[in-house]
Amino acid sequence: MSEFLQQLLNGLSLGAIYALIALGYTMVYGVLRFINFAHSDVFMVGAFIGYYIGQKVPQNTIGGGLVVLLGAMLGCALLGMLIERLCYRPLRGAATLNVLITAIGVSLLLEYSGQVFFGATPRTFPSVFPSTNFAFGDLVISSNQVVVIVVTALLMVGLQLIVYRTKIGTAMRAVSLNPKAAQLVGVNNDVVISFTFGLGSALAGAGGILYALNYPSIDPLMGVMPGLKAFVAAVLGGIGNIPGAALGGLLLGTVETFVNGSQWSTYKDAIAFAILIIILLFRPAGLLGKVSVEKV
Amino acid sequence: MPRPHLYLLAALLVAFGISHYSDRIDPYYLDVIIGIGINTILAVSLNLVNGYTGQFSLGHAGFMSVGAYLAAAVSLFLGPRLLGEEGGTAIQQGLLFLGALTAGGLGAALAGLLVGVPSLRLKGDYLALVTLGFGEIIRVIFQNVEFLGGALGLNGIPAYTSIFWVLAFVALSVFTVTCLVNSTYGRGFLATKDDEVASEAVGLNTTRYKIVAFVIGAFFAGAAGGLYGHFKMTITPTGFDFTKSIEIVVMVILGGMGNTLGVILAAILLTLLPEVLRPIAEYRMIIYSLLLIILMIMRPQGLFNFKLGKVKS
Repeated sequence: MSEFLQQLLNGLSLGAIYALIALGYTMVYGVLRFINFAHSDVFMVGAFIGYYIGQKVPQNTIGGGLVVLLGAMLGCALLGMLIERLCYRPLRGAATLNVLITAIGVSLLLEYSGQVFFGATPRTFPSVFPSTNFAFGDLVISSNQVVVIVVTALLMVGLQLIVYRTKIGTAMRAVSLNPKAAQLVGVNNDVVISFTFGLGSALAGAGGILYALNYPSIDPLMGVMPGLKAFVAAVLGGIGNIPGAALGGLLLGTVETFVNGSQWSTYKDAIAFAILIIILLFRPAGLLGKVSVEKV
Repeated sequence: MPRPHLYLLAALLVAFGISHYSDRIDPYYLDVIIGIGINTILAVSLNLVNGYTGQFSLGHAGFMSVGAYLAAAVSLFLGPRLLGEEGGTAIQQGLLFLGALTAGGLGAALAGLLVGVPSLRLKGDYLALVTLGFGEIIRVIFQNVEFLGGALGLNGIPAYTSIFWVLAFVALSVFTVTCLVNSTYGRGFLATKDDEVASEAVGLNTTRYKIVAFVIGAFFAGAAGGLYGHFKMTITPTGFDFTKSIEIVVMVILGGMGNTLGVILAAILLTLLPEVLRPIAEYRMIIYSLLLIILMIMRPQGLFNFKLGKVKS
């Protein structure tokens, strides 16, 4: 039983990170209706920004950890907005396929520029937050897991507040519902889309730091697998749906951790794709998504 | 194109002629030409799916790996039994290799059918991701099958691939795709790409067209995988990952989707480029990715597509 709880806890803290990345996919899909392949590499850049800031701040302190976290979020937000401005805005209104190919191009550009500038060999992420283990009977919780769960919860509450309680959040929902009508009532679509990219990328940056705290070996291709799995999480919850992305992330992280602890552990990377395929075949709208009818 | 069969025959004869004199060609150039040929088969077959039929697949390397493993297994495990200790005559080896390539192609086609039937109901981004997912699943499976070498892959595959086989399969793939697309039946591929709803309204079974394109594309990817395995003499699961799929996709896009000649030119260019740019090899993928972005923004119809007025945004 305690092993089950331990695995559940590990799964939830992995799932929380997937959820953070998945939120970025879902929000961008909400306003632009395309999958931002480059999102997983923004996540990687977040971890690297943290790595470089982490050299400069005092180790093992909450203050230093927060500086790293905020720095990575800010850097990633700027990167996300830059990518949108340079690569996606010129293609507004172009065929879906062209945007998709561009997104793949941006993703590869970040990965391989990372290999040239950061080097392809993995690096060890500094332990910026204080790290201890708390034991409750047989159950062991590391302080990094606590950080992951607390930070994720705070960011999700913050996101919910931005989306439902602020003017720009209302504008985001309007653009997501109907971009043309939003423009007619005076919403500046470009500003809203740029803001959405910034917000999603900041979450990816936070995800990058939290991931690196728990798996402290970072390299320029580290984003590929978590990125794909977070995307699966977004589809699982219903793409375009913010609570769905959180639910999908937690579910996927838990399932993966349990598979990893079983005799099928070598297949853990295939599990996410198997879930994706099953979901798309039987309930393409996802768990919480609305089934929409295609109009001709 | 009038009398396409004559072209195919002529191409096969030329391939035979070239292979007759192949020992006079510098082995380095021969290797480069074989590399170009294999990439051409991959790009031309993917062009049927991504270009002509308009279904964006990112799993071509997965089908290539199925063909590579199956063909290698045939000549490694079945070969010694059929040919005996001596290794057989050149003709026997040729027949075995043809059998191995056909088996690899058919295996990949079967994989294409299994993947295609469920996933081709999806569109655009989703299809791209599901095919990518299947490619990764195939890779994970190969990594876990001890019989096929697991993560180490298969070694000591006989070096059957010669310039003749490569050129013959290039000719066969170009012939098949060109004839198919230009036939009455094949117009359905273009119609599926142009407007799926309208095609269905005039009675075309677009799902079947997509699956046919997928299966034929997978067949040639499998055959190309077989050629690749018997050329490099060793295959590993990681050799057929996402990056390989992307490389083929870049060829198709650069050549102009749905333009076989352009795609062949792009395959030649993109195989030669790393050879020429060897001193700056680490920048190769950066150049590829920049090329993709700039092309999509400036010239979405591809570099080698000169037909005007046919591109719609």
